[in-house]
Amino acid sequence: MKCRVCRGPAVIDIRRHNANFCQEHFLRYCRTQVEKTLKEFSMVKPGDRVLVAVSGGKDSLAVWDILLHLGYEATGLYVGLGLGEYYDVSGRHARRFAEERGLELIEVDIRGTYDIDVPTAASVTGRAPCSACGLSKRHVFDQATLAGDFDALVTGHNLDDEAAVLFGNVLHWQSDYLGRQQPVLPAGHGFPKKVKPLVRLGERETAAYCVLAGIDYLVEECPMAKGNKHLHYKAALNLIESESPGSKQAFYFGFLRNAVDLFSEQRTYSEPEEQRERTEPDDDVGMLRACEECGATTNSELCAFCRLVRSTAGTKPVPIAMTRKRN
Amino acid sequence: MLVKLRNPTRQEVIDGPISVVKLLNRLKVNREEVLVIQDGTLIPGDAVLSDNAVVEVRPVISGG
Repeated sequence: MKCRVCRGPAVIDIRRHNANFCQEHFLRYCRTQVEKTLKEFSMVKPGDRVLVAVSGGKDSLAVWDILLHLGYEATGLYVGLGLGEYYDVSGRHARRFAEERGLELIEVDIRGTYDIDVPTAASVTGRAPCSACGLSKRHVFDQATLAGDFDALVTGHNLDDEAAVLFGNVLHWQSDYLGRQQPVLPAGHGFPKKVKPLVRLGERETAAYCVLAGIDYLVEECPMAKGNKHLHYKAALNLIESESPGSKQAFYFGFLRNAVDLFSEQRTYSEPEEQRERTEPDDDVGMLRACEECGATTNSELCAFCRLVRSTAGTKPVPIAMTRKRN
Repeated sequence: MLVKLRNPTRQEVIDGPISVVKLLNRLKVNREEVLVIQDGTLIPGDAVLSDNAVVEVRPVISGG
């Protein structure tokens, strides 16, 4: 295999582009794809200050590294979720990345700050662990981005993530969710701008980027993700991709070109978590108000996160093993 | 050849020489879902691995 650019020995093939790259040109390819995405979707502009949600995994460290290479002022945000040893190890990867590059890493530990953790919240409320985790992270992300007056929150969602979510939303015709599945959510109604610069890169590419860029990321999967339905969707899409390279990209970007506007209407701002809960009242924008506890935008007296905290705080922590089966 | 795998972490001995693509087929692993790493760098699909090679087949799929 030869590199498409220099004809030197290639180290990776990108079948959907029918292209092979050497180390140098693969790294350049990834950075170019992100730069193109930032411009195409008006995510951020030169001079913007961004906050990168960092887990210690391949995607978040890759996007942080790429943004730095592209010249952006990027601060990291690591959220401690109370996931036992996994949390300790993931935090070490995030801290090491920041320390080696002299970067600022903001840390928020939800056990220390809110007296909750994901396994306990999932157990007490009956939520799936990934649901409690997502709710907690989104709350901290929003609060930290607004508190730091950052221009945007950056997350490491990649093409595989977005294609899998789209696949699930189409399978169940979640028209409300489909309208929100855009790579950029503008700020508004008390929510920060949120952007996903990796949507042109598959997760095999973000992992390869880390290996070739010398980024030491956490390889192990979250202990609570086992059985996560998105893993099944990804496996199904990868079976299709292996027979028909480019299917995931065509699926997701075809949706953005042809269909997302049919579902989105006026719902393009970053909406409160409780509006994503099927059991909540209709999310009429006119009903939005400030959470009585934290001030976050909500359509109830308390936002979904504060309700989670209220029902969980003070209870005895639950070991991870006791909540895995819920996934 | 020694092949290191994850989820669960384990090792397998496979006879070489063998190409990366054939190795993954033998392990019943989808190429879209892994990287093959040797000595800290990536090994492309058409590379042939020797009988005394030590490689890692690293999954890239995450559930978040």
